[in-house]
Amino acid sequence: MKPVYMDNNATTRVAPEVLEAMLPYFHEFYGNPSSMHSFGGQVMKQVRKAREQVAALLGASPEEIIFTSCGTESDNTAIHSALSRHPDKKHIVTSRVEHPAIRAVCAHLATQGYRVTELPVDAEGRLDLEQYKRALTPDTAIISLMWANNETGVIFPIEKAAEMARERNILFHTDAVQAVGKIPIDLAKTPIDMLSLSGHKLHAPKGIGVLYLRKGTKFSPFMLGGHQERGRRGGTEATPSIIALGVAAELAQKNMEIENTFVKGLRDRLENTILSTIPNTKVNGERVNRLPNTTNISFEFVEGEGILLMMDEYAICASSGSACTSGSLQPSHVLRAMGIPFTMAHGSIRFSLSVYNNEEEIDFVTERLPPIIETLRGMSPYWKTSARLCGEA
Amino acid sequence: MWDYTDKVKDHFLNPRNVGEIEDADGVAEVGSIACGDALKFTFKLDEKGKIREAKFKTFGCASAIASASAMTEMIKGMTVEEAAKVTNQDIANYLGGLPEEKMHCSVLGREALEKAISFYKGAPIRAEEDKIVCECFGVTEKEIERAVRENRLTSVEEVTNYTKAGGGCGNCHPLIQEIIDRVLAQPGSSPAARPKLSNVKKIKLIEETLEREIRPALKHDGGDIELVDVVGNRVMVATRGACSSCQASNQTLKNFVEVKLRELVWPELVVEEVSA
Repeated sequence: MKPVYMDNNATTRVAPEVLEAMLPYFHEFYGNPSSMHSFGGQVMKQVRKAREQVAALLGASPEEIIFTSCGTESDNTAIHSALSRHPDKKHIVTSRVEHPAIRAVCAHLATQGYRVTELPVDAEGRLDLEQYKRALTPDTAIISLMWANNETGVIFPIEKAAEMARERNILFHTDAVQAVGKIPIDLAKTPIDMLSLSGHKLHAPKGIGVLYLRKGTKFSPFMLGGHQERGRRGGTEATPSIIALGVAAELAQKNMEIENTFVKGLRDRLENTILSTIPNTKVNGERVNRLPNTTNISFEFVEGEGILLMMDEYAICASSGSACTSGSLQPSHVLRAMGIPFTMAHGSIRFSLSVYNNEEEIDFVTERLPPIIETLRGMSPYWKTSARLCGEA
Repeated sequence: MWDYTDKVKDHFLNPRNVGEIEDADGVAEVGSIACGDALKFTFKLDEKGKIREAKFKTFGCASAIASASAMTEMIKGMTVEEAAKVTNQDIANYLGGLPEEKMHCSVLGREALEKAISFYKGAPIRAEEDKIVCECFGVTEKEIERAVRENRLTSVEEVTNYTKAGGGCGNCHPLIQEIIDRVLAQPGSSPAARPKLSNVKKIKLIEETLEREIRPALKHDGGDIELVDVVGNRVMVATRGACSSCQASNQTLKNFVEVKLRELVWPELVVEEVSA
């Protein structure tokens, strides 16, 4: 069965043109770009090109692009660099809904003498900029806020937040792993100091990421080693993956409009059909400032893992914020931060689309889903009594 | 993705006995929506006192649905006394096993069964002196004690897998550890019931094990190992030959030497490398 893949915030398919571009660099042009022979030198030229392609997508200059192994490495590097270059400052500002790549780092640093402010979000997943402003102090070494949330797709006002940081001379980092390629980003116009992105979220392979480092920003490397990446990240360049990311970045730029028209249209159609055909459903997170490909829907009184596994019978791929799927016993920290009631949080499903989805797939899912929810609700001890209450209200 | 057995998948996709018996003899509701799984269970006896009908409704993941379905199938035809002997491990076994992290689903099934039987007998449901240990998931001391005893649990993580206790804020971890220590110290509980080992005997056993089990395997790869000292449970060794220059020797020490020594000599041994 061909998968109906709607889990693109987890990872994406490597684009065919991306795969084609990278393959020769495994077995044909396998030279080390640092080598003195032209066999390696020709690869260096391609790495340079990839750097330009990524920079173009971000509105950055090529020397501001540092290739890393993944988004998590970029996030770790950004935070640790800021702290080691500002040893006198002991305060970090972040939010409650960050990816574990930031949360775990901050939680660890909190045990090492740093003070961490985790900004709350409202019921729609939005950040309060006034509260943000109040959190900034002369002791703040770095601010790290995600550009768009991986679970709900809610977009934070990063441009404004970065400007407020700049006014106070505080380093600003954003985890833009979910935003890059889905919404336009222009770092030439936004005073962001550091930005993380991940290749496999935009149709490049897994195992390649980027840390954008604004020119002039004080930096201290996380991965020590050779002189690669101008001494900012040791380790032999993952040349096939870097070249792949370059092509993927160019492709993302080309597809940006499709993403915000066609993909958004598919998402809206999926969302609206589900909301109108299945009772007691609700979208989590604000619907306006949101990634065009993401919808997070709660199906009240049922548990998410059950929905996922029943959809799996039709090869429909999505994810859930329920406790049972996370390996932990509590539902997603993002939904909890938003104050989503347990009856809703456990039954949340995230669909995240890409340019490879089509209308037939949307219809396939919206046809299969209602009987799945009905079956699970038929088993749920909460369904009958609560539904009656809701009907009266 | 969870590694569910075909039987779990079958009981999830085609659950048996879903519903609620109107004039049931035994009724129980366990778990809560806040905790992520809840189970409503009812049963009805026939004129011979055997369980004729058992039905459930559940809010929970695939393994919660499968565990409830399995439990209702297992007890049909049993007397109440027979059903009372069904353990969570029996439910898990019936399903061909459950992932460790999902064992609490089988415990929920057993709890519902037990509570419904208490209801039938008119017995009080929860002893008064029982106190809540895990505030996040409302798990009591007795529930944890029982899970530790019946499933021979030895770590907080295992207790969390089986009862959910400790899976939230984590504040109760020291209390859970105390309960584990207490239960395992009781006579008859198997992991702690080993005879005490004198230091002389311990060193002798370590030497024998190194000689018989470990050195031949290392020599096969051009390496060797030498016992330097034993202090309490710390086994100090030096590596020789190929091992001393091998990048992976630390892993060999932990994953092979330590594992063997723990298995054959004493479960708490820790192997450390010293340069000698």
